Amino acid sequence: MANFSSNQFKNGMKVMIDGDPCSMVDVEFVKPGKGQAFTRVKLRNLMSGRIWERTFKSGESVEAADVMDTTMEYSYYDGELWYFMDPNTFEQVGADENAVSDAKPWLKEQDSVTVTLFNGNPIAVTPPNFVELEVVETDPGLKGDTAQGGSKPATLTTGAVVRVPLFINQGEVLKIDTRTGEYVSRA
Amino acid sequence: MSEWRPSATIENLRHRAQLFNHIREFFKQLDVLEVDTPVMSQCAVSDPFIDSFELNYCPVVGITEQTHYLQTSPEYAMKRLLAAGSGAIYQMSKVFRNGEYGSRHNPEFTMLEWYQPGYDDHQLMDEVEALVLPILGLNSIERITYSDLFMRYLGFRPEQVGVDRLVAETKKHVDITLQDDDPDTWLNLLISHVIEPQLKTVAAIFVTEYPASQAALAKVRKNSVGEWVAARFELFVNGVELANGYHELTDPQEQQKRLQIDQTHRERLQLPQRPLDYRLVEALEAGLPDCAGVALGVDRLLMLALNADSIAEVIPFDYSKA
Repeated sequence: MANFSSNQFKNGMKVMIDGDPCSMVDVEFVKPGKGQAFTRVKLRNLMSGRIWERTFKSGESVEAADVMDTTMEYSYYDGELWYFMDPNTFEQVGADENAVSDAKPWLKEQDSVTVTLFNGNPIAVTPPNFVELEVVETDPGLKGDTAQGGSKPATLTTGAVVRVPLFINQGEVLKIDTRTGEYVSRA
Repeated sequence: MSEWRPSATIENLRHRAQLFNHIREFFKQLDVLEVDTPVMSQCAVSDPFIDSFELNYCPVVGITEQTHYLQTSPEYAMKRLLAAGSGAIYQMSKVFRNGEYGSRHNPEFTMLEWYQPGYDDHQLMDEVEALVLPILGLNSIERITYSDLFMRYLGFRPEQVGVDRLVAETKKHVDITLQDDDPDTWLNLLISHVIEPQLKTVAAIFVTEYPASQAALAKVRKNSVGEWVAARFELFVNGVELANGYHELTDPQEQQKRLQIDQTHRERLQLPQRPLDYRLVEALEAGLPDCAGVALGVDRLLMLALNADSIAEVIPFDYSKA
């Protein structure tokens, strides 16, 4: 794999740190007027999700990580792995619990998601920012309550439980923001 | 695409022009003479960690007669003017530093530098204060020694510990792979990575009495507890290094020695060896009046006054658009 020198660092760059693929979240040039230059980088370990800062000497280089984001369709769960298919090649990959953990509540068959591959293996699954899911269980809707008032829990087809307004009924399809896990609107 | 667009808003550029006017008016009131020394010089700055741009003077197209260097600060030339009897002078001009680009850095930037004969570092701090207080909307600026700064934010005094302790203290806070036995490397890391972030909530603070090893072109003197310290100060505003000033070194032998030390340091670090400016030493031999001088980053001052996140927002076209 190629190396990147500190002067090439930029947000989103994927590099190997201590054997794990990491993504650069923030890159900052640090140099006192009279002192040496350093590059301070906020990194996210793509395996563990840990975010921390590391400082590199000017000209220090790090190995690039063979990490690729691909758009794939969620196919099915076999009790152990979650399978995703490349819509162009029909190739399938199986992702483990670790990789899908954040995405799990929002995975609906045939939906497109972003699968992050490291050396060809899925290490992270990111759902789209908004998904549309059906309510399978909630208290009956309250007629006339369309604007304000409280909220109630609703269980969606994926098993996720979200807070919804009181007027929502079982069987309705809702738009959910996957980044916050919050109800947005009726779909 | 919008590649052609400025990196600053026109509104910010109006503020920029007002700031220039304000600064020139300030020095007019003080009767300080404006000068404009050359941007190109046959000699380069000696500081190991400041890299000059090189360019070629060609008497005939394509044939280089003389390599020149873009000024990284007008310090040497201004001191030659002082030695020639200029009296108090200021310069507000573009300076150039290779490789410096980030949210607080641009390889060309506007520096305000001025010298006051007869002043020491504290008198010059008073004047820096008088200039920046109204611009930043502040009432006063605290002064703290380098040693007290470390005591306050890190719980130890740098002059009382060895390099091993500095490395250990740095590694408590900073994830870095670095072999370096120069204490100043670690002191700078502690300032930039641990202290500056804590100074973000401090409106403005002067740090005084730098370690003698970081004197640069400042006089070295004994402080109240008998330690040798540099008559150097820096101004930090919201954790941003804004100005650097000295009670200036006037001793030509010492000046010559420091140039040589820098050159040797450059050699050891395999950095380019560039022509040293011995005309500065000659000027000191002829007699540099006892004076204090300071350099202030005008773009950063504007950033801070406008609460901008990056230098690009306060200059017409930053490096990526220049």
